[in-house]
This record gives sequence, C-alpha cells and structure tokens, in this order.
Amino acid sequence: MASIPVQAEPRATVEHEAPASRHRIGPVILAVEHVSLRFGGVKAISDVSFEVREHEVLAIIGPNGAGKSSMLNVINGVYQPQQGTIRFRDRTFDLMTPHRAASMGIARTFQNLALFKGMTVVDNILTGRNLRMKAGILAQALRIGPAEREEIRHREAVERIIDFLEIQAHRKTPVGRLPYGLQKRVDLGRALASEPDVLLLDEPMAGMNVEEKQDMCRFVLDVNEQYGTTIVLIEHDMSVVMDISDRVVVLDYGRKIGDGTPDEVRHDKAVIDAYLGTTH
Amino acid sequence: MFFRENGQFKSTYRADMQLLPIVQDRWFMLGVIALAFLAVPFVATDYLFLSIINPFLILTLAAIGLNLLVGYCGQISIGHAAFMAWGAYAAYNLVQRVPMLNFLVVLVLAGLIAALVGMFFGIPSLRIKGLYLAVATLAAQFFTDWIFARVKWFTNYAHSGSVSTAPVTLFDWTLDTPRDKYLFLLGVLIVFTLIAKNLTRGHLGRAWMATRDMDVAAEVIGIRPVYAKLTAFGVSSFYCGVAGALWGFLQLGSWEPLAFDLNLSFSLLFMIIIGGMGSILGSYLGAAFIVVLPIALNQIPRKIGVPLSTAMAANVEFMIFGSLIVLFLVLEPHGLARLWAIGKEKLRLWPFPH
Ligand SMILES: Nc1ncnc2c1ncn2[C@@H]1O[C@H](COP(=O)(O)OP(=O)(O)OP(=O)(O)O)[C@@H](O)[C@H]1O
Ligand SMILES: [Mg+2]
Repeated sequence: MASIPVQAEPRATVEHEAPASRHRIGPVILAVEHVSLRFGGVKAISDVSFEVREHEVLAIIGPNGAGKSSMLNVINGVYQPQQGTIRFRDRTFDLMTPHRAASMGIARTFQNLALFKGMTVVDNILTGRNLRMKAGILAQALRIGPAEREEIRHREAVERIIDFLEIQAHRKTPVGRLPYGLQKRVDLGRALASEPDVLLLDEPMAGMNVEEKQDMCRFVLDVNEQYGTTIVLIEHDMSVVMDISDRVVVLDYGRKIGDGTPDEVRHDKAVIDAYLGTTH
Repeated sequence: MFFRENGQFKSTYRADMQLLPIVQDRWFMLGVIALAFLAVPFVATDYLFLSIINPFLILTLAAIGLNLLVGYCGQISIGHAAFMAWGAYAAYNLVQRVPMLNFLVVLVLAGLIAALVGMFFGIPSLRIKGLYLAVATLAAQFFTDWIFARVKWFTNYAHSGSVSTAPVTLFDWTLDTPRDKYLFLLGVLIVFTLIAKNLTRGHLGRAWMATRDMDVAAEVIGIRPVYAKLTAFGVSSFYCGVAGALWGFLQLGSWEPLAFDLNLSFSLLFMIIIGGMGSILGSYLGAAFIVVLPIALNQIPRKIGVPLSTAMAANVEFMIFGSLIVLFLVLEPHGLARLWAIGKEKLRLWPFPH
C-alpha cells in the first residue's frame, strides 16, 4: 500500500552512490507507445506511453489497481493491448508474445509468486536457461555427451546465481517449502538465469520486512551495476523508489500522470493529488 | 536404501547431477537389476510370469508413459489405452506387411505411429484444460475403438475382427516361453525407465513440469506451451504405443479392439494415482498394485478358507480401488512413491529426531 510519498523523507535504505563501474545510461531500449488495454468494461490502461533507457532503473508507481502489473504484462506479451505498440531496440511490435519477449531478452518476476512449486530451487532457476538449451529430444533421452555437457554448463551458470542470491543452503529444496522472502529471491534468480537485457520486477519487495527489503534492493542494484541490466520495477515503498530509481513513471486509474526523476515526481502537483486522494 | 549419505560430498556438478547421486542407492539399484536378471528367471513359475510379472512389466511401461503426460506435464488423458491400441495394431500391420523387419524396429515404429496419433489428439490441450481436455481425450478412445472395429484394413480383414500373432523372433532368439518374454520385457523396461529418467531431468522435463506448475510463468520465461504439451503427448503416446505392441504380441498373442478399451485407460490412471503422479518409481508401484490386487483378492481368501465368489471378488476390488483412489487424491496426491520417500527420510534421520 502506498504511504504518503511526498512527505516521506527519503531514507537511505541502501548506500547508493553510483560507483565508477556503473554503466552509463544509454539510449531508449524499450518504448511503450499509446497503449490501451481493456478487460470487458474495465479500462486497465488508457493511452499510456513511456520510454525506458538502457541501463537505467525505472520505477512504476501508482495506487492499487492503477494498471501497473497490467503494464508489465503488456510489455512481455502476456496481455495483448487493444491499441498501441511496444518498441524494443529498433523493432516495433503490434503483437508481443511471451516467447518473443523472452527470446529478445525481457525477463520478469511476479507480484504473486509464480514459481514452479513441484520443482527444486535449482530446477526452477534452470528453467530460466531453457531458451538457451539446444540438445534435441533424442540426445536428452540418451543423455549422450553434448546433452550432459550442456546440462553441466548451465548448472554452473545457475550456481553462480545461487551464490549471488545467497541461497546455497536451499538448492535442492522444493520451492514450496521455502519461506516467502526466499521464494521471492528464487523468482528473481529464475529471471536472472535468462541473462536478460531488461528485467521487469513486479513488487519484488512486497510483504518483506526491512532487512529483507534491504537485501532485495542490494540484489537489484548489483544486477543493474554489474551487468548493466535495465530494470523496470513496480514498488509501493516510496523510500525504496526514491532511493534506487533513476526515473519514475506514475500511473493512476490506467493513465500516466507523472514521468521524471524521483525529485521531479515528488513535487508534481498531479502526483501529489493522486496519492493524497487515494491513500487512506 | 536405509542409510545415511554422511561424508559423501559432491565435488563436481557431474557427480551431483547423476541419476542416483548416493553410492548406496546405486548399489541397491544394481542389486535389484542383478536379481531380476539372474535370480527371478530361475525362481518364478510360468504362472507367475504370465499372470503377474509380465503384465506388471508391460503395464509399468504404459504407466510411465501416462505419468509423463499427466504427472509431469499436468495434462489429463483418460483415453490412453487408445495409444496402446495404435501401437499394437501398428506393430501387427508392420509384422504382417513387412515381415523382414526386426521386432525391435517394429516396436520403435509402432511407438512413433502412436506418438503421431497422440500428438494429434493432444492438439486440444493447447486451448483447453482439465475437464474439457479429459473429454477431448475420451474422444481419442472412442475414435480408436471405432476405427479398429470397423476399418477392416487395420485387422487385415480377419473374420472375427480379432487378430493373432506368431511368437516373436529376435535375431535367433524366439520368445516362446514366459521366461523368454520376461527377460526381453525386463530389458525393454529398463531402457525405457532410463530414458524417462533422463528426459525428466533434462530441459524438456523442466519445460513439462514448469508448464504443469505455472503455465503463465513458464511462457514468460520462454517455454513454448505448444512445444511442451505436444512433446509430452508425443513421448507419452510413444511409451504407450510400445507397451501396447508388447501387450499384444507378448501377453495376449491374439486380441480384439476391446482389449484396449476404456477400462484399460482407467486402470492406467488408477496406477499413477495410487503409485504417485510425477514419479517414475510411482509408476512401478502403482502397476504392481493394480496387477497384484485382483489376484490377491482371489487367492488370499481361498487360502484362509473363505473363498470369495468371482462376482464378490470383483466387487471388493472395485470398492478397494474406489476408496484408495479417493484416499490418495485427498490425502496424498503423490501416492505410494511419496509414502516411500517419507519413510526413507524418516529412517535416514532415525533415531535422531532432527
Ligand atoms: N486478467 C484480468 N482480468 C480482468 N481484469 C483485470 C485483469 N488483470 C487486471 N485487471 C484489472 O485491471 C486493473 C489494473 O490491475 P493491475 O493488476 O494492473 O493493477 P496494479 O496497479 O498492478 O495494482 P496493485 O498495486 O494492486 O498490484 C484492475 O482494475 C484490475 O481489476
Ligand atoms: Mg500489481
């Protein structure tokens, strides 16, 4: 739930001074253009456009039901909007499909955990590399040389992610048995495993305590800094948003009502009204 | 299999990703296989082979096939005996029409034909789920029953509609005794078990399980539902096709379309429900249970002096199946295999509670 963001002192949850190694923010990598999405009579998104630049951390904020999750679902092709296009790098798509988005390097996590419950942590994260695995069905059936080597190579990549997310002790645990905070990490790990260029995070810190939030912030920023991964994240905790994002897009009732640096957005009249009007 | 794996640390991913990472498990497995090949053939009687062991081996193969689809990929099918029928009739026609083919080649081709038919009937799974899909697979059953009863070409214009086969010869080995059949079936089952294990721990298996557990997330991570579901239908029907051919040639010898009717489909489903969804071991346990129960119900009461009439035994059988299935579905959807795993886990830690 959104607190009253405009009055909250930006509290430093994470030390975040752009280190020298940080990738410079580049040209537009992803653009949402005039997107409208309806569910029957419900207008979830109305004519929203915004741009995401390479290597930046962009936050999408807005009250409950503003259309934030729907926006991510449009970007990676889970929902097909009635109007509008998605531009990724130099290509414009009227119709995005999840598979196309994934193979172009767009990964995401989910607001309500969507892990593969019956599988272990390792296997969940390994699915993030399925697109890169090429062994044919016969090679897998017999697990002859190349198929096994491929498995091992990808397992190594997954182990690096497991180390990075500090979940070594749980690698063989079925994900359903992990506590919520760790499941959120596995969700992130699965997305990272595909080595995405753009990472869409739907409330990665929701329902966490302060410490877990700090860990998650650190992971997100590390990914952004080390690999230059562009990040689009939905978050309700304004201190986090103000802290880690380069730019903020504000949605309200499916419309875009603000777009700018955290500072600009915080002082924007429309944004203040929207938040004060809807928060309790 | 009751031991602790203390001190067995894996230093390579290859070692960690082995089929049976724990040394004792490997020895146990080798022991079982050695017993099956070296001891069972000399101990078991023909009656035991014919009425229990051979049917168990063939039905296990079919149950593994169905489990790959239902337990691993999460797609329901209540008409899987149809694909056994396709395998059996494909093999029959291949043997009749192309007599020089080696029986192993016949088996593979029969499996492939069943796989094609299975993928065709799997197409509805791309649009529908659950109950609707179940009904669509029922159509496969009825269509298959109909085609083999009505289209005479498939039965080579046999008068009664029932087809019969000569004993199978492999190279110079004629499989005419129950023991020969057993040895051949055992070999086939071991190979197919290994293949199923390999597939389920490779990326195809992960695609299946991901589709089963959370289809939207699977799609978003780049797994094509079309690919996952149709390969599951294909591989599953391949297994059932091979099992069907074996059932026809090595168990029945001669059969009519009724041999692969809805009852058999349901039996296969019961096997994986009782044995354990999403478990290869469960397919074995379930098949064993379903094969042994009717015979046990026939024999045990007689041994203890209260013989059941055939009708009564059949009724008791239905009651036991019915209640077990409800029980497992409600209490332990992962079946006997899960109970086995829990027992093993408990013993592994015993006598220490933690
Ligand atoms: N699959 C769907 N079918 C019907 N309506 C939907 C669907 N998904 C979203 N909506 C509707 O679209 C609107 C926007 O929902 P969305 O989930 O995008 O909001 P949100 O900004 O993510 O909210 P929250 O902060 O609660 O997550 C809501 O009115 C919601 O009820
Ligand atoms: Mg949302």
